[in-house]
Amino acid sequence: MSSGVLTGSRDPLPTPAGASPPERRGAADSSASWRLTDRIGLGFAWFLGLLFCAITLAIVAFLAVQGIRYLRPELLWTNPQVGFNQNETGGFLDPIIGTFLVAGIAIGIAGPVGVGVAVWLSEYGRPTALARVVESTVEMLAGAPSVVLALFGILLFDSKVLGFLSETTSDGVVFGKSFFAAGAMLSLVALPLVVSTVREGLQAIPNHVREASYAVGKSKTATIRRVLLPAARPSVITGHMLGIGHVIGDTAIIVLLLGDTQTLQGVGNVPLWGILRGTGSTLTSYVFDNAPTGDLNQPNKAYAAAFVLLVIILILNVLVDVFGRRSRELRWS
Amino acid sequence: MDEEFLEDEDTGLSQDQRAELGLGALVCLVVLVLLAMLAFIFQEAWASFSHNGLHWFGPGGNADQQIQAIFTSGDLKQTPKFLLHAWPMIWSTILTTVGSVVISFVCSLFVAVFLVEFAPGWLKRILEPVVRLLASVPSVIYGLIGVLVLVPFIGNHLVSEKAQASVTPVISLNGYSLLAALVILSVMISPIMIAIFSEGLRSVPRGWLEGSLALGVNRWRTFWNIAVRTARPALIAGTVLATARALGESVMLSMVGGSTAFAPNPADGLIFFVEPSRGLAATILHNTDELNSPPMRHTLFAIAAVLLFSSAALSLAGWAAKQPMKRYFNVGGTAA
Amino acid sequence: MELRKPPPVRRLTPGAKVTPQPGPAAPQAPPAFGPHAPANGAVNGHAPASFVTARRTQRPPVPTVDRMQVEELSIAYGSKLAVKSVSLPIRQGEVLALIGPSGCGKTTLLRSLNRLTELTKTASLTGRITLDGLDISTLEPTALRRRVTMVFQQPNPFPMSVFDNIAYVLREQAKRRPRRAALRSSVEDALARAGLLDEVADNLDHPALRLSGGQQQRLCIARALAAQPEVLLLDEPCSALDPQSTKVIEDLVVKLREEVAVVIVTHNLQQAHRIADHVAFMYLGELVEYASAGALFATPREQRTKDYVSGAFG
Repeated sequence: MSSGVLTGSRDPLPTPAGASPPERRGAADSSASWRLTDRIGLGFAWFLGLLFCAITLAIVAFLAVQGIRYLRPELLWTNPQVGFNQNETGGFLDPIIGTFLVAGIAIGIAGPVGVGVAVWLSEYGRPTALARVVESTVEMLAGAPSVVLALFGILLFDSKVLGFLSETTSDGVVFGKSFFAAGAMLSLVALPLVVSTVREGLQAIPNHVREASYAVGKSKTATIRRVLLPAARPSVITGHMLGIGHVIGDTAIIVLLLGDTQTLQGVGNVPLWGILRGTGSTLTSYVFDNAPTGDLNQPNKAYAAAFVLLVIILILNVLVDVFGRRSRELRWS
Repeated sequence: MDEEFLEDEDTGLSQDQRAELGLGALVCLVVLVLLAMLAFIFQEAWASFSHNGLHWFGPGGNADQQIQAIFTSGDLKQTPKFLLHAWPMIWSTILTTVGSVVISFVCSLFVAVFLVEFAPGWLKRILEPVVRLLASVPSVIYGLIGVLVLVPFIGNHLVSEKAQASVTPVISLNGYSLLAALVILSVMISPIMIAIFSEGLRSVPRGWLEGSLALGVNRWRTFWNIAVRTARPALIAGTVLATARALGESVMLSMVGGSTAFAPNPADGLIFFVEPSRGLAATILHNTDELNSPPMRHTLFAIAAVLLFSSAALSLAGWAAKQPMKRYFNVGGTAA
Repeated sequence: MELRKPPPVRRLTPGAKVTPQPGPAAPQAPPAFGPHAPANGAVNGHAPASFVTARRTQRPPVPTVDRMQVEELSIAYGSKLAVKSVSLPIRQGEVLALIGPSGCGKTTLLRSLNRLTELTKTASLTGRITLDGLDISTLEPTALRRRVTMVFQQPNPFPMSVFDNIAYVLREQAKRRPRRAALRSSVEDALARAGLLDEVADNLDHPALRLSGGQQQRLCIARALAAQPEVLLLDEPCSALDPQSTKVIEDLVVKLREEVAVVIVTHNLQQAHRIADHVAFMYLGELVEYASAGALFATPREQRTKDYVSGAFG
């Protein structure tokens, strides 16, 4: 059979301005044609997806409603007091301050240490056996329950050596519970997050950037300090914020290591140092104590405090999203 | 002139070498802290284990009474008592952990598949930040909702008078129950799983999915057979992380699970779900005020040692599960 | 167990040997036109493209059967027309090559043949494509894609063993999950047709991703053949491969044309000259010229074709 010569040399279709040629779709890949098990699977996925949305919405709405109902502005700047009913027991200024203090200490330790460990893992990592041990350590810390970390903290800070970090009674018994103690153990909670985030950020920087820096004669230290870390800054910030988020939400370590006094009870006369050596509470322990299962049992206050806590975490999450997006916009090639 | 490049004449070490040593020391410090934690905890725990031997893990007697006896014996005048058969608490931990992980795994997998492939665009954009937000809600807030909403619901609507009467001498069915614990724990660990599963599913090369579609396989089966199968390392990583969270959860469980160390028996029938129980981590939290009594201290550290060992074993199991998959494709070790 | 037994391979010349016969030592005096015109020497006063003097892959002549027909097809992404009113026949027994510079719509045209363009939300289509007389838009996409299969530019074997890659298609087609032993013969048959069986026969459980690039691509071809298609679409299958693998796949394609209709998109003019029977030159979405391979390369009718084939642009 001879092949005819077909040319397509007709006038091209006039390109419509802004409108597309009339669409004609045939039997699309609708799920009506699939096997029954496939359709059940898809239906199940839809059902669970929507259920998840519904549950999330319910939780957020419920907390928002109850929180706004019970949150009065003066709660934010008055301290807890002894009282008989919920109108008299004051607000939770000290717990809010406590939250920030404890987060500050924890990230103050975990931040630099975490960045250092991440830099070592990503840029050095010799000998490889040590690198693997370090990776396993970080993973174990990530998986350790916070009650266990709290108990370890009790062991550490009860010892006389670290007595200066908390209160010591006149006969030499170390109290062992203070902001320092809680903050130190919380830094172990934040550390794995900082390490993994910063490490990922550093590993995402392609090698040609490092090679370019070495090629102009910079030492490795200078490269890390002047090129790599600034480039990984979004990851560093994200890691810090994720760590802070975890620290703010932790209750077990606070309950065991912060002494659980409603207001900040400083020790000694030195201004900040005394407070950090002393006991107090945070929003999480405040909620824990005011829940029906806690000692104080003031549900209204608990709702209000929970709402404030949630708002803080929401803000942190938004910030993490913003910085995360900025790091994704960084293009290397 | 970059003066950092000059060698330090005194020590003979360049700045680079000093930096490497310094960071290496920092890293060793971190490892030492963990080793110290392991050592101290197991050391404190030893007294309790050595007194009970393997019976520590077994059933026998009322665990609450045993704990009480341990505490009171801490008084200097008495000989310390260490007797503890922790099985009720171990069983409770197993039930809540395994139960919530299984429920959550199934649901999270389907939600992740939905989120990555089948959800309409606007829903995807809403759900992604929502999942991340839920993953960062503190457990105490979950506990608060549980105790103020779910527990009264269970106590008032799901527990009948008859059921109450049938168990009264031993426990009281007031809504603080296994069911509440399971529900809230599942909701709590789902966002972790969903986030990690979605990340894994999204990183499947599109070429594989397109190739499967081009061979005449429909979208659902393509996604399930290729993407979910390829994302198995992420599935394992997410499950391990979520299980670790469930295992160590103390605060929320102590708020909704009830405060009796009771081992719910599945053979009891439906009532099994509304019976209270208290796991290992919650037990520690419950008894922290009594830490100054030495035998109590040893006992609580023993419980902590069991928890620590379990979470380490979990990590190991996760690593081992990923190994056979490395043969068929490059398994990235980064996911969590 | 309802596993479709592979039908006997539908060769069009039942007695013909499958392996390409080594031809005579030097080309004989050939006809001036037609599929076997080697076109050395000026015809019609035009200087042919320089590679046209190279030998085309030897092949026994086979009769052809119409499989698909593209009629007045236009495809647009949003408001931008990618393919403008193209009409082409696709026949079993011949290799149809789509050539043209980048962005001219040849890949879009190829992907519309098995309705993969539907995966892009903004794509829309007018015109008709028929398979054995049936409008393909009336068929289920999954059924269509089993009859018209595609091999992509980047080899994309699944992260499974060689056996499972091919068995994947067979398992999906069967009503109940067939046992491995039952699948073995079909898998080996597909591998044989793709010329890969000798190299992997000793270990069918070898991970597919550990094969070389050329082997992976032949595995993808075997996988596409396992579905027993009527039309095989190849989207620049050799562009990521080295010359040896390319030669192997080109020989394979020529051999396969007896069993399936082959449409190959390529930007490599020499490749099109070597293996194609008919060539369609597309430029900016239009079908500029459609002719037998010898005629198009030696004596192109359109000026644009002349310019492209001689390398004036590309």
